[in-house]
Amino acid sequence: MTSQNVPAVEIRGVSKVFNPGGSNEVLALEDINLEIAAGDFVTLIGPSGCGKSTLLRLVAALVGSSSGEVLVNGKSADQARLDRDYSMVFQKAGLFDWRNVARNIELPLELMGWRKSARHRRSTEMLELVQLQDFARHFPQQLSGGMAQRVAIARAMSFNPALLLMDEPFGALDEMTREHMQNEVLRIWSETNTTVIFVTHSISEAVFLSTKVVVMSPRPGRIAAVLENHLESRDDTARDSPEFFANVSEVRKLLRAGEN
Amino acid sequence: MKQLSNFVQIWPPLVATAIALGSWEFLLWITQPDGFVLPPPTEIAAAVGENFATITTATRVTGFIIVTGLVAGVLLGITAALLVTTFRTANETITPLAVAINAIPIVALAPIFNFWFGLLSPRSNQAVVVALVFFPIVINTARGLTEVEPSQIELMESYGVRKWRIIREVRIPNAMPFFFTALKLATSLAVIAAIVAEYFGGRQDALGNIITSSAGLTRYADAWAAVLAGSLLGIVLYGVAVLAERVTMPWYFLARRS
Amino acid sequence: MKASRLHGPVRRLAVFCLFVILLMLGYTAYKAFGQAIDDAQTDWPAIGSVLPRTDDLTMPSVLDIVRGVFDEPRRSNEAFGSIVFDKAVFTLREASVGFAVGVIVGLGIAIILSQSQLLERALVPHVIASQTIPLIAIAPIVVIWGRKNVDFLPWEWQDWMSVSLIATYLTFFPVAINGLRGLHSPSAEAVELMDSYAASRRHTLWRLRLPASLPYLFSAFKIAATASVVGAIVGEISAGVDGGLGRQILLEASRYTTGPERLYVAVLFAAGLGIFAFLTILTFEYGLVRRKGTELVL
Repeated sequence: MTSQNVPAVEIRGVSKVFNPGGSNEVLALEDINLEIAAGDFVTLIGPSGCGKSTLLRLVAALVGSSSGEVLVNGKSADQARLDRDYSMVFQKAGLFDWRNVARNIELPLELMGWRKSARHRRSTEMLELVQLQDFARHFPQQLSGGMAQRVAIARAMSFNPALLLMDEPFGALDEMTREHMQNEVLRIWSETNTTVIFVTHSISEAVFLSTKVVVMSPRPGRIAAVLENHLESRDDTARDSPEFFANVSEVRKLLRAGEN
Repeated sequence: MKQLSNFVQIWPPLVATAIALGSWEFLLWITQPDGFVLPPPTEIAAAVGENFATITTATRVTGFIIVTGLVAGVLLGITAALLVTTFRTANETITPLAVAINAIPIVALAPIFNFWFGLLSPRSNQAVVVALVFFPIVINTARGLTEVEPSQIELMESYGVRKWRIIREVRIPNAMPFFFTALKLATSLAVIAAIVAEYFGGRQDALGNIITSSAGLTRYADAWAAVLAGSLLGIVLYGVAVLAERVTMPWYFLARRS
Repeated sequence: MKASRLHGPVRRLAVFCLFVILLMLGYTAYKAFGQAIDDAQTDWPAIGSVLPRTDDLTMPSVLDIVRGVFDEPRRSNEAFGSIVFDKAVFTLREASVGFAVGVIVGLGIAIILSQSQLLERALVPHVIASQTIPLIAIAPIVVIWGRKNVDFLPWEWQDWMSVSLIATYLTFFPVAINGLRGLHSPSAEAVELMDSYAASRRHTLWRLRLPASLPYLFSAFKIAATASVVGAIVGEISAGVDGGLGRQILLEASRYTTGPERLYVAVLFAAGLGIFAFLTILTFEYGLVRRKGTELVL
């Protein structure tokens, strides 16, 4: 859909001040410059308070920047939001208790005015994608944490967004489920060729998932380093590969350096 | 297994009821007190039988006031909650105000309402019911409309939808459990409000008047028969509210996993 | 955020004053509107049926009501406001006695029920069922019964005690139910922690369960404080108990035509009393439960 030479996301000289002028003024982000190519899988990593979630919300146009410019697919972030160019997944699945699984997945499609039959076809496909075919009629309360998060991903992918924004989506899951979900996300990413921005504070998660690791440092939030992260393969064997460990220790070093 | 556990849940209150009713009857039979305020169950049952026509009429008269007042109060309350929560600052200032106003003994307004609408008019009794039902509905519904998971709002904003759509898709469904809690409370409040309002005025053939006049003549069994009719009204209305709750939000009553 | 929270009470007071002023303006405007329609001899069917009538007798002007506070009624050299204030104190005493007893009873029930699963299952439905009897509605029965039948106590039964009894009845229920929820509220981990210290039941109760139930209890107290004021006023009114605000309201209603503003004054004092009781509990809650309490409307 997007032409290859327009970057998926361009962030130029962006800073963000919360409560400007107030006694509790906070400089959350300072002079952020970042370019993300279409098809990239980028993780934002850093200690809490480094503004990585804020940066994600700036791209989503859920908060506005204090200065600088954020472009998504070559247009302003807010325009991209109104055009539904991206989709978001939160740490909490945020499913609507009052809708069953299929209707949760169909929510964005309803808002876009899809016809019922098309919606239904789409949610069935999505349930297959996240391997929850048998749970269409279940309600969120009947799902485990990992299943709920898979439904949230299916909801996010339902309208083929060019860009997927994920805010610590697996933060609340146990380690086993987490690794399983990481494999799922990589599979979906390679099958759909979506651009992904993924916020995490797990070093191994960042290195395993992404093509590019953006290391951030706190007070004020800045980009400390960007690491191109090449792995031979991205399956479970990659978790034990020497290059994986090398990159993990590299990211750790960069994070430590950023703290000082 | 499930049935067994249901049985285990049911028998203790049933046994306790039987013991309570039995010992109440027995105690009064032994002591034979003179005009005791709590007549034995059999005597109340007899009073219900004797005054059946009067009590049915009274239940109909009071029931009409309760139901109409309840419906009007609930509708007004929902409207007010929607209006108030549409504006954030309005919500932050008005909701605490509503909580404070809720502390006012509204039944004390009954005499004033009587002069406003006419001493024998049902309107003044309905006004008391409306006023009493209104505030719990507003307070709870407003809380339900505002206490929404922030990520659900962000999700809707990320879809770039209008405010009204967020209200319809997220805030209103989220407020439903809160609303029904208030509605269940409101059913019993409405019964109390109507009966108490009848102590001040309104039709002479209503439940409230039967209670005061019978108690004044120390015909406690008759008074209790009317109280029983009032409780029954309350239980029926409560049951209707519970049923409506089950029907409109089946998802809320599913067993939780994780 | 922080600044606005500091100014919270002041701001709320300002909002309340604004509300009162708006109420007075609305009242005056409605009255003027109704009278304008009267003067124009047009028929407006809603007024007098759905909406109140607007003559001076039905709706005395705000100024008259304010004047009513300071006027001295006939055969009295005391301002009406001060007479009503004394009555309000009397009613508050009835309500407080009832409230205190209700708290003790309710808390006792909660503690006893929390000790045994079987007792809890058997009795909680009854505690709930006790409230399906329209509580305040049986007020006349209680007062009349108290007058005629309570002669077995070492002291003489007085009417105000019956009224307090009604307040007790209204108080014990939310305290018992919320107290029970609060006593059950500590997490399994917290209970296991106490068990690992080999703490006795009493220790667990005092160090863990009771502190944990404070927020629950306070939301019950707020409901109960309001309810016991309502119970006291209704009890006085429905059985004609002398000395309190309820009786005064009844009296003013009966001599309404000679001074409608006095009924308004008495009712406004009742409203003030309800809010006062509520705010008192709120103040205690502020002092005792620093964290944000679980508020629930029962």
